Amino acid sequence: MDIIDRRRNPHGKNLENRQRVLARARGAVARATRAAIDQGTLREIGHDQAVTIPAEALDEPSFHTVFSAGKRQIVLSGNHEYSTGDRLSRPPSSSGAGGGNGDGQGGGEGEDGFRFVLTRDEFLDFFFEDLELPDLVKSQIVAAETMAPIRAGISRDGAPSQIDMARTMKQSMARRIGLRRPKGPEVVALEAEIASLEESGDDVPRLLALQAELETALRRLRRVPWVDPVDLRYRRFTQVPKPSARAVMFCLMDVSGSMSEQMKDLAKRFFLLLHVFLERRYKHVDLVFIRHTEVAEEVDEKTFFTDARTGGTVVSTALTEFLRIQKARYPQDSWNIYGAQVSDGDNSSSDTQRTIAMLENEILPVVQYFAYIEVSAGGVIRGESELWRGYDPLSRRKPRLAVNRVSNRHEIFQVFRQLFGRKPAAA
Amino acid sequence: MTSSLLYDGTDWDYGTLRRSYDAIDRIACEELGLEIYPNRIEVVTSEQMLDIYTAHGMPITYRHWSYGKHFLQHEGSYRRGYSNLAYEVVINANPCISYLMENNTATMQTLVIAHAAFGHNHFFRNNHLFRQWTEASAIIDYLEFARSYVSACEDEHGVARVEAVLDAAHALSRHGVHKHGGARPLNLKNDQKREQERRSHDEKMFDDLWRTLPGKRPAADIGSVADRRRRLGLPEENLLYFIEKVAPRLQSWEREIIRIVRLIAQYFYPQLQAKLMNEGCATWVHQRVMTRLHETGQINDAAFLETLHSTSSVTFQPDFDHPAGGSSFNPYALGYAMMSDIERICTEPTKEDRAWFPEISGNHDPLGTLRHAWANFRDESFVLQFLSPAVMRRFRMFRLLDDTSESSFLVDAIHDDQGYRDIRRSLARSYDTAENDADVQVVDVDLAGDRRLMLEHRTRPGRLLVKRDAEATLRYVARLWGYEVRLQEVDSDSGAVLATHVSTPSAS
Repeated sequence: MDIIDRRRNPHGKNLENRQRVLARARGAVARATRAAIDQGTLREIGHDQAVTIPAEALDEPSFHTVFSAGKRQIVLSGNHEYSTGDRLSRPPSSSGAGGGNGDGQGGGEGEDGFRFVLTRDEFLDFFFEDLELPDLVKSQIVAAETMAPIRAGISRDGAPSQIDMARTMKQSMARRIGLRRPKGPEVVALEAEIASLEESGDDVPRLLALQAELETALRRLRRVPWVDPVDLRYRRFTQVPKPSARAVMFCLMDVSGSMSEQMKDLAKRFFLLLHVFLERRYKHVDLVFIRHTEVAEEVDEKTFFTDARTGGTVVSTALTEFLRIQKARYPQDSWNIYGAQVSDGDNSSSDTQRTIAMLENEILPVVQYFAYIEVSAGGVIRGESELWRGYDPLSRRKPRLAVNRVSNRHEIFQVFRQLFGRKPAAA
Repeated sequence: MTSSLLYDGTDWDYGTLRRSYDAIDRIACEELGLEIYPNRIEVVTSEQMLDIYTAHGMPITYRHWSYGKHFLQHEGSYRRGYSNLAYEVVINANPCISYLMENNTATMQTLVIAHAAFGHNHFFRNNHLFRQWTEASAIIDYLEFARSYVSACEDEHGVARVEAVLDAAHALSRHGVHKHGGARPLNLKNDQKREQERRSHDEKMFDDLWRTLPGKRPAADIGSVADRRRRLGLPEENLLYFIEKVAPRLQSWEREIIRIVRLIAQYFYPQLQAKLMNEGCATWVHQRVMTRLHETGQINDAAFLETLHSTSSVTFQPDFDHPAGGSSFNPYALGYAMMSDIERICTEPTKEDRAWFPEISGNHDPLGTLRHAWANFRDESFVLQFLSPAVMRRFRMFRLLDDTSESSFLVDAIHDDQGYRDIRRSLARSYDTAENDADVQVVDVDLAGDRRLMLEHRTRPGRLLVKRDAEATLRYVARLWGYEVRLQEVDSDSGAVLATHVSTPSAS
């Protein structure tokens, strides 16, 4: 017989198997998250505490049978009172106590119990796994104009108000010990002993020695100060740029009669996606909803998505409102500004030139990114719309403007990925 | 009081293990006459224990995500306190490897050595199923081979492709065993070598050019259906075997992986058929050994009480209406009860015992009788042969007739004179693996034609395949086979087709 201690063997033999099962689950979860968006549950997913996703990818199926009809006999233990010929009522569900091994055991085999519970954060991590805001790093540095002092160690000079007493006294004590400055009680003891020797008068050599010692001690005491300027230590602060972790998202939407409910639904999805996305990247995201027909106004979220208007369309009014609010409340130097506009592309033709000019000269310089989504209800993209004719060429000149068209809600995520997907570094 | 205590208190060290082992060895081999493989005892941490029994107690396995899944499940339930870790895992190998967990108490280590290193070990070595089907000295080497082979395939063909084959083979692993093979011990080592030689020979000899030679073409008419089926050895119940040998589109490394899964499944097949006996034997042995250790003063009262407590908790049988209860019997409980009962019948038979077990009652050789039973039976036949009225009464067994056309169950037998034989017969049937596994067989394939594989499930009354799982499994079959696969569920009495499932390999 051998006894072998395996405890020191490498642990985690199953580590790779565990990683594989997680990778497999990850794939399933990523698919499930996308499916969840398609099924229109984005709002709930974005705001609920957790989502539960059955890990069907982790099934291990096999051929096995289930008793579904006919007769069978089951032997059980623990008969209390039954005699032959008695009848027992069936348990309510077939998985109950009686002969329930049929469906209960056969159907599940524990597979249904294997679920992944994702918190909202985890869900969103999957959701945005490979999305990245364009030029995020750069834009944060650009926006980092506020400076904040932070503690940066200790220095030998500084303002008296910043003296670090503890450090100073530590230095002083080290110096005093190093230079052998006599301590107060030692001097007192010496003086007392000298006094008593002087009084009694015997042991003169010792008295002389002690007097010399006292003299040295007093000299040291005078020469070595309690606190010397070299002991002083000051707290040091340094100014560091503080990144602005705030973003504001302007949602612009045409709510004129030409925008159908379905179009607004698409718009809503897009905005929700953008909002959730920005929330992942910034500590604080403000939302501004601007709707417009011939005139533009800022509204709350509910009104934005539900309250329909009628009338013509003058897009530049919305841009004007955008600029007014931005100047008033969101200075460029402390906010990362994003704009997203959803429209069916209609505009009064006289306004388009003005709109393009405003966008190019006034809005694009202040935003990090401006996305334009054109929705069409029918699923068929009509000929080029008024706005598209203006925005599309502009977007080629200005990388901060992204344009795309979407006609079906399944496409939303794809379009979003195109607009916000990680760009190759060279591009 | 012949000797001093083996240990005192709960702590153990290697000296304790060795002293306990030697003391157990004297009792088990000299008094009980057990025959065992040499033992190897390995001390592991709880995490290593999880690792070990994640893969059906295989000490080494190839990599596969399903083992990770089982690990996470076990770990989760262990962490949350839903389940205890097994105190031991034992491998049917020569030498027989028993894993002991480091945080067992001294008593538990002693008990576990008696249970695993002697009880299970004796059973592995002597039971005819294990003797017939498994080659204990080769399994570790084979697992080592399997691991490195799969790993090499992953390097060569990518993890995803290997995983796809393993997934499919795992789905069929219960249908990858020869159930009625006769005496054909699984000598994995030689088998492996021979198979590889044969395959490399085939590869060397195969030249695709020959196929393009003009002239003699095989007759399009392959012959009658009966002839074809005979040549393919159909019907074949070992689906993995058939696929490994016949599937037209598999690469040779894919066949080898299927073979690995199949042989490992075959190796574990006896364990499924003798779980009740195996656990009963180990429990009986440990209880007997611990009792003897106590009687001879080698363990103290505290240790013996701990033994009693732990034996009674593993042999607890919840009633059918208990929340933890169900329609199955705890193999530790029933196995131990039956073996203790055999001992009683041999030494102190009642009148009833004499009528039921004339051959063994009062023979005053309980050990010989038990050793005979351990060697020559499997769960089904053991219950059929040895389940006594006394045990049926103790478990208060009764039988229900579940007729789905009725609104309630009928109690059609209880533990009384009329009921004993009915209950015993039904219980024995429930241990028959052939009765419980779905009987799916390959019945036909047209190799010259559309190559469609025909499977047939001979149903037992009222039992059809679970549809969702059957279809998922069939997709795996189709993936391996490479062409359409059709599964018909046929009523075994009338021959009527009850259901048909079809799957084709996906376009990839």
